[in-house]
Amino acid sequence: MFKYIVKRILQAIPLLFIITLITFLIINLAPGEPIYMFIDPESAKHVNIEVIKHKYGLDQPIHIRYFVWLKGILKFDFGISFLEKRPVLQMINQRLFATISLMLVSVIISFLIAIPAGIVSAVKRNSVGDYLFSTLSFIGVSIPSFWFGLMLILLFSLKLGWLPSSGMRENFDQFDFVDRLKHIILPACVLAFGTMASKMRYMRSSMLEVIRQDYIRTARSKGLSERIVIWKHAFRNALLPIITLLGMLLPGIFGGAVAVETVFGWPGMGRMIVQSTFSRDYPVIMGTELFSSILVIIGSLIADVLYAVADPRIKYN
Amino acid sequence: MAQVNLNLQNQEEVNIAESFEYSDTFSKKLKIFWRRFRKHKLAVVGLIILIILYTSAIFAPFIAPYDPNGTPDDLLFTDKAPTFKPYTDFNMNGEEVVFKPNYFGRDELGRDVFSRCLYAGRISLTVGFVSVGIYVLIGIIWGAIAGYYGGIVDSIMMRIVDAIMSMPTMMLLITILAVFKPNLYNVMIVIGLTGWTGVARYVRAEFLSLKKRDFVEAARCIGCSNARIIFKHILPNAMAPVIVAATMGIAGAILTESTLSFFGLGVQPPTASWGNMLTNAQELNTMIQSPWKAFYPGFLIFITVLSFNFVGDGLRDALDPKLKQ
Repeated sequence: MFKYIVKRILQAIPLLFIITLITFLIINLAPGEPIYMFIDPESAKHVNIEVIKHKYGLDQPIHIRYFVWLKGILKFDFGISFLEKRPVLQMINQRLFATISLMLVSVIISFLIAIPAGIVSAVKRNSVGDYLFSTLSFIGVSIPSFWFGLMLILLFSLKLGWLPSSGMRENFDQFDFVDRLKHIILPACVLAFGTMASKMRYMRSSMLEVIRQDYIRTARSKGLSERIVIWKHAFRNALLPIITLLGMLLPGIFGGAVAVETVFGWPGMGRMIVQSTFSRDYPVIMGTELFSSILVIIGSLIADVLYAVADPRIKYN
Repeated sequence: MAQVNLNLQNQEEVNIAESFEYSDTFSKKLKIFWRRFRKHKLAVVGLIILIILYTSAIFAPFIAPYDPNGTPDDLLFTDKAPTFKPYTDFNMNGEEVVFKPNYFGRDELGRDVFSRCLYAGRISLTVGFVSVGIYVLIGIIWGAIAGYYGGIVDSIMMRIVDAIMSMPTMMLLITILAVFKPNLYNVMIVIGLTGWTGVARYVRAEFLSLKKRDFVEAARCIGCSNARIIFKHILPNAMAPVIVAATMGIAGAILTESTLSFFGLGVQPPTASWGNMLTNAQELNTMIQSPWKAFYPGFLIFITVLSFNFVGDGLRDALDPKLKQ
C-alpha cells in the first residue's frame, strides 16, 4: 500500500518535468525574441535590450536557461505580471478559491445526477430511460458550454429574472451564503452538464460489470429484494472506479471552467488567463497554465491514492 | 429442440459472414458496414444533417441571400429581427426596393446573420477536418512506434502522452495562441498539435495486441522491414478505433475552435466563424434586444458537433462492435 503510493508519486515527477519542458519550449519557440516573455515590450523600447538580456540570463544557451527557469519554478517563483506588477503566484492565489469552489460545486451536481442516471441505465438496460440518458449525455458533450451559458443567462437572468447573470464578488470579505449560491448555480450547472456525460457512461459500464459478478447472483438467490441488491451490494462496488475517473476528468473541468468563467464573469483563474492574453501578459498566462497542470497532476495523484485506499482488491505492484 | 439448435447455428454463420474479417472484397465490407450503420437511427440522422450542412457550406455563394461582409444598405437595418418574407423598404439612395428575407435576423452592423452563418460554416467545418487530419497523422505514427517497439521507447513516449493529457487542453491552447498569432491557420495547427494523444493511445493499444499475432510473425519471417510491418500489415487492422476517434475528434475540434474564436483567440473578424459571431453577443444589452445573434451560430455549432458525435457512435457500432460497452 505504502509502496504503491510512493511509486505513484515517483511516476508523477517525470510528468511534472515534461510539463515544465513543454511550457518552457512554448515560451522559447515563440517568434521574435523570447525576451518579450520576461519584460514588457512597451518598456523594452526605451532601454538597452542587451543589458536586459544579460540581466535575465537570456544570453546564455537554452538548456542553462531552462534550468535557471526551473529553479525559479521550484521556489514557487512564477514571474511577475507586466500589467499588475506583482507576483503571478499571488494573483493565482487570489483567484484559486473561486475556481476551486466552482469546480467543486459542479462536480457535486454532476455526480448527483450522473450516478443515479448511470445506475438506472445499467439496471434497466435498453429501456426508454437508458436511451434517454444516453442521448442526453451526447447532448452534454456536444453543447458549446459558452453558448449554453449564454442561453441560460438569457432565460433565467434576463427573461425570468430569477438569478444574476454575473457580478460574483471578487473579495470574499462579506460571506453571504444565499448570494453566493445564487451566483454559483448557473455556471456550476453549465460546467456540470458538460462533464456529466462521461461520468454517466462510466457509471453505467461499471454497474454493468458489477451486476454480472457472482456475489450479486448470490445476493439475489438469497432472496434479497432487487432494491437491496442494487443499492447495498452493487452500488458501492460500482462506485469505486468513479474515483479514478475524477482524476482523468480534471483537465477537462479546468478547460471547461475557462469558458464558463468568461461567460459568467466569474473571478477565477480561467477568466484571468483569457484576460491576460489580450494584454499579452505572458508571465500570468504561463504561470496559470503551469499551475493548473500541476494541480491536475496532484488531483489525479490523490484520486489514485484514494482509489487504492478504498478498494482493497487493487494490485499494488 | 433440433429446430432451435439449427437456428442458433445459422445465426452464428450469419454473424461470421457479416464480420469484416471474413469478407474479402471492399464492396462486401462496405455493404456489411452500411447494414450495421443503418441500425443506429440517430447516426443516420446525424449523417443527413452533416450532408446538408456541408452542402450548404460548399454552395454558400449560391444560397446566401446577402453578402456576408455587408452591403451599403445594411447599416440602415442594424439589429433587425428575423423575417421570413421579403419586405419593401428604402435603401441608401432613398429608393424603395424589395429586400430578401433575413431568416436569422441582422447583426449590429446590419449584416444578414443567415448569410454569415453559411459562410462561417465553411470555416468551422474545415477547421474540424484539417486539425483532426493533423492529429490523426501524428497520433498514428506516435502510437505505432510506441506500441510496436515497446520497452523503454514505449515508456518514454507514453509518459509524454500522459504529460500532455494532464495539461488542461484549453489552457494549453490559450497559452500557445497567446504567444503565436491567433488566426485560422494557427488555430488548426495548434488543435492538431495538442489533440493527438487520444489517437496515439488507441493505436498503441491495438499495436500491443496485434504485434503478437501470427500474421506479423509471418511477415517478419519473409523478411519484411519494420516500417513495412507497421504500416502495411498491422496498421490497416488497427484503423477501426482511429476512425471512430477521428470522427468524435472532429466534433471536439469544432467545439474547441468555436470556443477559442469566441474568446477572440481563434478566427479573427471580419472572417466569420460560428464562434466569433457569438463574441459580440456576450453583452447583456445584445442578449435582450437581439437574441437571434446569440442563438443561431451557437445552435449550428451544437447541431454539427452533436451530429458528428452520433455518426462517430454509429461508426463504432458498425466497425468494431466489441468496443461497445
